[in-house]
Formats: sequence, C-alpha cells, structure tokens
Amino acid sequence: MRGQSPTRPMRLDFTLNNRPYRLEAPDHWTVLDLLRDGLALTATKYGCGEGVCGTCTVLLDDEPVRACLVLAARLRGRTLLTAEGLESNGAPDRLQSAFARAGAAQCGFCTPGMLLSARALLAANPSPTEHDVREALAGNLCRCTGYTKIVEAVLAAAGPR
Amino acid sequence: MRGSVPLPEKERMAYRVIGGSQPRADAWEKVRGRPIYAGDLAVAGMLHGKIVRSPYASARIVRVDTGEARALPGVVAVLTHADVPQNALRMELPGRMAEATAGAVLATQPVLAEGRVRFQGEPVAAIAAETPEIAAEAAERVRVEYEPLPGVYDPAEALRPGAPHVHEGGNLLRAWHIRKGDATEAFARADVIVEKTYRTPFVDHVYLETETGIGWIDAEGTLVLRVSTQVLEHFRDVAEVLRLPHGRVRLEGAYLGGGFGGKEDVTVECLLGLLVWKTRRPVQLVFSREESFIGHGKRHPYVLRYKSGATRSGELLAMEVELVSDSGAYAALSPWVLLYSLVTATGPYRVPHVTVDAFTVYTNNPVASAYRTFGSIQTCIGYEGQMDALAAALSMDPLELRERNFLRKGDSIATGQVLESEPMLGETMRRAWQALGPVRPGGGPVRVARGLAASFTPYGRMCWTRDSASAWVGMELDGTAVVRCAAPDVGGGQTSSLCSITAEVLGLPVEQVTAVGRDSHFTPRAGTTTATRQLFMSGNAVLKAAREVRRHLVDQAAEMLEAAPEDLELVEGRALVRGAPDRAIDFSPLVKAATAAGRPVQALDKYDAPSAPTIDPATGQGKPFNDYTFGTQAVEVEVDGETGQTRVTKLAACYDVGQAINRQSAEGQIEGGAVQGLGHALLEEVVLEDGVSKNPHLLDYKIPTTLDAPEIITILLESGQGLGPFGAKGIGEPAMTPTPAAVMNAVSRAARAPLTQFPITAERVLAALKNASFNPSPPSGERAG
Repeated sequence: MRGQSPTRPMRLDFTLNNRPYRLEAPDHWTVLDLLRDGLALTATKYGCGEGVCGTCTVLLDDEPVRACLVLAARLRGRTLLTAEGLESNGAPDRLQSAFARAGAAQCGFCTPGMLLSARALLAANPSPTEHDVREALAGNLCRCTGYTKIVEAVLAAAGPR
Repeated sequence: MRGSVPLPEKERMAYRVIGGSQPRADAWEKVRGRPIYAGDLAVAGMLHGKIVRSPYASARIVRVDTGEARALPGVVAVLTHADVPQNALRMELPGRMAEATAGAVLATQPVLAEGRVRFQGEPVAAIAAETPEIAAEAAERVRVEYEPLPGVYDPAEALRPGAPHVHEGGNLLRAWHIRKGDATEAFARADVIVEKTYRTPFVDHVYLETETGIGWIDAEGTLVLRVSTQVLEHFRDVAEVLRLPHGRVRLEGAYLGGGFGGKEDVTVECLLGLLVWKTRRPVQLVFSREESFIGHGKRHPYVLRYKSGATRSGELLAMEVELVSDSGAYAALSPWVLLYSLVTATGPYRVPHVTVDAFTVYTNNPVASAYRTFGSIQTCIGYEGQMDALAAALSMDPLELRERNFLRKGDSIATGQVLESEPMLGETMRRAWQALGPVRPGGGPVRVARGLAASFTPYGRMCWTRDSASAWVGMELDGTAVVRCAAPDVGGGQTSSLCSITAEVLGLPVEQVTAVGRDSHFTPRAGTTTATRQLFMSGNAVLKAAREVRRHLVDQAAEMLEAAPEDLELVEGRALVRGAPDRAIDFSPLVKAATAAGRPVQALDKYDAPSAPTIDPATGQGKPFNDYTFGTQAVEVEVDGETGQTRVTKLAACYDVGQAINRQSAEGQIEGGAVQGLGHALLEEVVLEDGVSKNPHLLDYKIPTTLDAPEIITILLESGQGLGPFGAKGIGEPAMTPTPAAVMNAVSRAARAPLTQFPITAERVLAALKNASFNPSPPSGERAG
C-alpha cells in the first residue's frame, strides 16, 4: 500500500536471497514496495501495512522484520531473505516440506511470513518446545488453520528434542 | 491430537485416495510463495485504483468537486456516480430467487453513492492514476461536501415510528416466521420455563488478504478481471453495471487469501471494472486494511430472545424465539442469513411446539452480510445457552438434558422437515466431552470449568434455489487427468478435493490429476464457493464426469486386453485384469488408443441438487435444505476471578463429516473454524459510535494468535450418510458454529453467572462475577467425588 508522496530515486547495493543486487528505487519505498513492485517478488504479502499481521515478515541479516515498516534504504550493504530464497536448487527446505506435509498452509497467504519467523526460531533454538514455537510465531496472524498444523510443522522440521 | 472413528455399522470402502491424509494439490506452490493470488500479478502500463469513501454514516452529498483531483499530473480518471452506466447492484441470486422474494422489494446498492451516503466507508468516487502515490493524493483532492443527516444505529430504534428511514419504504428489510404446534398452550403445561436474551456484535472476517483485483481489456475486447472472490458469477454484476453483454466480462479466479463469506458479495469487481472500462488501461485495485474493515460486509449483530419450556423430566415442550439482526445500510444477503437463523433457531433438538419471529432491519451501521455459518453461529448461542439454563433450572446434568432431546432420524426440525439420516448428536457430544480428559483443579483466583455446545448447520444452498454445478474431466495423452471446474479455492482445499475425487475414480496417483482454470469463461460453471457447497456440489459433478471417463477407459481396455469390463481394475495409472497381473496396459497407450478409435476420453457433467418448494412464508414449514452437518465442541477454560481474564486451555470437536476426502484438510477446517470461533467468543467486535468504526486496524481489532489458540482435539465420525461424493458432508462452516456457545457455557459455569453478551471480555466477566447468582448444574465428569 504505497501512499506517501514520491521522492527521489536512490541507489541500493544489498544481498537478496543469496545474490548481490544493485538497483535504483524511490527513497520513500519500504522493503515491501521494493520486493513486490520493484522486483516482482510477491511471496512477501501486504496484510495490514502497520506491522501487526506478520504476512510481510522477511529476514534482514537473519532477524525477522516487517517489510512494510522498514524503508528500502536500510537494505544498503545488508542481507535479505524472502520466501523465494528458501529453496535450494529447486528443492524446498525442511520447513517448507514440513508445512506442506502437515497441511499447515490453507489459504497460504500467511505461509511465507510464518516460514521466515519459524526459520529464525530454529536458527536460534534448534530444539524448541511447543510453547517456544507459539511464542516465536505470535506475531504472525493466520485466520485459516487455528495454528495447530503450523505448530506441528515447525516441531516436525525441528526434529526430536 | 486427533482421532478417527469409523462407525461399526458402516461398511468401509477400500479407498485408495479418499480418506487419506496427503498434502493438497496446491501445498507445494504455497510453501514456495509462488504468485497465485490476485494481487501478485502486475501488467505493463497498469494504473492504480483508489476509492474515495464517506467519512459519515448518514449524510446528504451536496456536491462532489473532482476538478482539483483531475488536474493532478498522473491522474487518468476520477469517476463518480454519473460515470456508472447502471448505478445499481442488485441484491439477488440471478434467476433463482423469484419465488422466495415474492412480495419483497428487490434491494439495490449503488456502485458509487448518488445524493446520499448510508454508511461510513460507502464509495463516493473512484480514481485511477499512474502510481499509487498519485492515486492517494488525488483521493484527498476530491472535494465532497456532505450535509450530515440524522441516522439510526440500533435495529430496535430503527423499527420505532418516526425513526429516520435508511431507504424509502421503512427500515424493516425482511421478516421470517415459524409456527409449529401451539407454543402458548405448551408453555402452560411446562414445569419449568427459562427466558434469556443474548447479544452478539458486528464481527469482521479479517482474512489476511484484503480485497484485491487487477483488470484489463483483452485482444477480443473482453473485460477481464482477476479478482480475489468466492463468486466468479459476479461477472454478471459487472456486466449489468457497465451495461455490457454478460459475455463481454470475464472473471478469472485466483487463489484466495481467505474468504469466510466476506468475498461472497461484490467487493472490488464493479469499481475495478468501471475503472478499466473507462480508462481502457489495466488497473490494479487493492483495498488497504482500513478500507477492508470499513468497506466490506460484516457478521450481523443479533439480539436473540429465547423462551424455552420443559417438563420436570427434561423433555423440551416449547420454544419461543425472537431474532433481530442488524442488516446495516444495505440488504446484501441479510434476508438469507436471517433465514438460516430461522431454520436453526431451535437447535438440534426435538421441540414439538415452536414460534419463531425473525427480523432483519436497516440501520446506518456497516453493511452486514455473509460470514462463515451464515446466521447459524448466533442461534447456537441462543439454543445452547438455553439448554444449560434449563439444566440449571431442572438441576439436571446438561449433557443428559441434551441427550434426552437430541434430534434422531425420523424426527422433524422446527420447519417440519423430517431427518432422513441419523444425526449421531449424542455420539458427537460424548466423544467431544470425553476427549477433554481428566478435570484439572483450579488454583488461587483461577477457576477451571468446562462447557459444550452441540450444533447443526446446513451445507449446500436452500432447496428452492435448484442449485447445480458442472465439471469437465478428461484424460491427456500422457495418461494424466485434467479437471476443469470453475470452483474458487478460498483456502479450504476445494481444488484439491476435486483432484482427490478424480484420482480415486480413475485409479491415478493424486499428483497426476491437475485442476485448471477457475474462470467464468473457459471452465464449466461450478457456482459459488459459499454455503459449504463446493464439495457437495462440484464434488458430485466431478464424480459424475470422472465415472463417465472411467467407463470409456474400461471399455477401451476391455477391448485391448480381451477381458470383460467388470473384470478390469484401474490402479496407479494402469488398467489391469483382476487376478492376471501380466494382462495390463498403462494409461498413456490406452488413452492414445481410445483417441485413435474415436472413443471419448473426456466428459462434461452436471450435478443438480435435489430441490423442494419454498418454505411456507407464514409458518416456515417445509424443507429448506437438503442436509445438515451435526457436531459438538467442548472447551475447558480458565477464568481469573480477580481480573476476569479468560483463557481457553483445551478444545475438543467431534463431527460426523460423512466421509473425509482428505483427513488433514477436514481436521484443518475444524481447527481453523474453532479458533476463529474463539475470536468471536472472547476478542472480536467492530466498535461503532454512531455508525463510525473506532477500531478499523489490526492493532485495535484483535484476532487470535498462536498464544490464544488452545490444544485442539479433532474427532471425525464417518457415517457415509452425506449427500456429497462418497457420502461426504460439508464441514467448512459447521466447524465454527458451536465455538462461541461452548465458551459462553464454560465461562458462565466458571463465573457462576450467565454471560450472554459477546465478546466475553474481562470487563463482562467481572461484572457477571459481581452479581453471581446463577448456579449451573455440573455436567457429568465434573461432579464431586
């Protein structure tokens, strides 16, 4: 939901999904604008534009952030990971596989953000408890699943404690 | 945690695909974040739409000055009502509702307000500009002069003489009635009578994907709209509004980021179509979250007045119910939502004497329309609140009271319709209750209590709509199958179910069935993904078509393998002679041979739901729906006696789903419906002040998070008695119906005071605790000792 007044283009160098990028973008754009409108990387969704729903969660230097709240200018020299960057050589990663197998994606709209929040959790805590998973995903809203199968999927991807 | 209970009396078929748990056909696309939603597509030269909306709930539009907005560089169009060829959206299901609407005025809603606005957020002007920024700025430069008018914000007030009229002809939009037996006489005989009033608020769907679409004009001059919608048939509405032949408008269905009924009415379609048609440019229109909150139909607030009478031994004698729903500023689907409430008003119980009067009323509040359960969730609060209140009055176990009165096969519901199959309500109740496990004690100020609610919810449309769905199934030369069926997938797994059905019938691995093209032009019309009807309707259409294709494949294989057709099996993409494993042929050469022989390897088929005349308008007697889904949810809650905070710690749900098509999908529907229901129970309310929303943001309108969602235990009964494919029933909406009522009953028991107003906030619990006098009888399992 871009709505602010347009300003000047700016130059950006950063790493996105393990590839170096150099491009120009208007300096009022958020990371969400840049991904969706600038780069046609649409896995990252608009859900509220206020940092509440978590559908636009991406990893900036491995930390989950809301793409709708972060200005694209802040990407300079940093590393961004979106859901498009999760698979390697066309194969889904273990979280993606676990989500698919568990039936954790119903409408699928929250799924990319969920996957990235879950990835950050497992990086920090490879053997989380169910409560750890629920805490880590509390900022990612889902209206379809009741969260049961999402939590199951993350625990399955984490493997046995 | 989950369980599955095949009934002993059911002879279970050895299905290969049906009833298994496998990733849905779209699961791998979704976990990869592939662009499958309406907002993910951009088109070269695309403009950006923006809607100017009324800040007032009731006002006269004195003038609209678009000059300044038009003058802004980059603005391509600023449209008002004068630019809409036919500025009236008609509130009816095309061609199907004539009998039911007899005597009622056909309601309409303008695409862009003309002369006056009737609710906050009503569209007044539509803008298309080169960038979203310019469109937003232009929206601010449209000068609309309003003269606020007196409005009406409460249905009771709206029905009083002298209340401001929202529309010409008065504020009563529609009334429905049931008269069965003689309730007055029966109450005179009753040993115990309880009377209570229950209140529910406006609730928002809060799908994560807001209303979204993109449109363009294709090489043939057809207006194409790719929209997040549950109803591809809205191409007709767009065509009517633009005064185009219906065939000039095409709706291309995308996967939805949730619908829940909120994308059943027209949302972006007409505004988007208008902008594309007038600018002759591609246009994208995305509602912001705030626009979504104020712009689309909500769940109706209800005031439900219940009077129930029973004998000393707990036999229900009579119910008298008055339902008043707030339709908001336009009719939308309010009369039909109210009809579902009418039919379900007395719950899944045998009640010989029934009076129901149901009214839906215009106000200047937000438009209310379809939302998952379609009027059944409110009445469940009423009838299940009454059962616990009656049990208390009779000092009887509430489970026993329910058991004694549950509908059984051969009993009639309040409309007189006789149930043709066993609802298994007692079984769903006992299993859900037992699944909660041993009772835990509370501690300190925390009180632990349990409650439950049984429910019944229709699946499929009203019988007199003569519903139908079409589908095409065909083989490709590589031996795989394709399904064409214009059934939007809202995230419930509708598409995947159609693939599973086809795979089962044709003996293919499910990965070798592809469903293509949810599209109003190029795929057979399947009807709406609403009313829990797609598995029932499109599922049956696909089943019929797939069976025909199977017949052709078997005939071809019988010829080639020199066997009788009845000796052939189709397994894993091969036709083989039973008991002779060396006599087999793969589908690919089989299909090629059939094609060469001129034998069809495809079929277009249509399923027509059984129909019945409309219910009697004076007495409500008749057969409103073909079938119902029955089930019970039980919850355990912790209520903090000092703060009033409520936490649901465990939820168990048991339904007869007839036959699960994909087990994990069926469970997912129940888990998701229950947690959505918990939001209704404890958190959610659109807060209005004279029709103006005070919380149109997710910061202020809270929905359940992972931390609010409890452990959920799902138990599926599979009676095989449904009208869907393989005996399936629908579960999408029924999954949500009993949740708020179950929570209400549990919290009331914890607080020892009846909670009757939703949402059940901490403040309401504290207020109830202050005048606790209610002494609910303990259900079995909670008794001392």
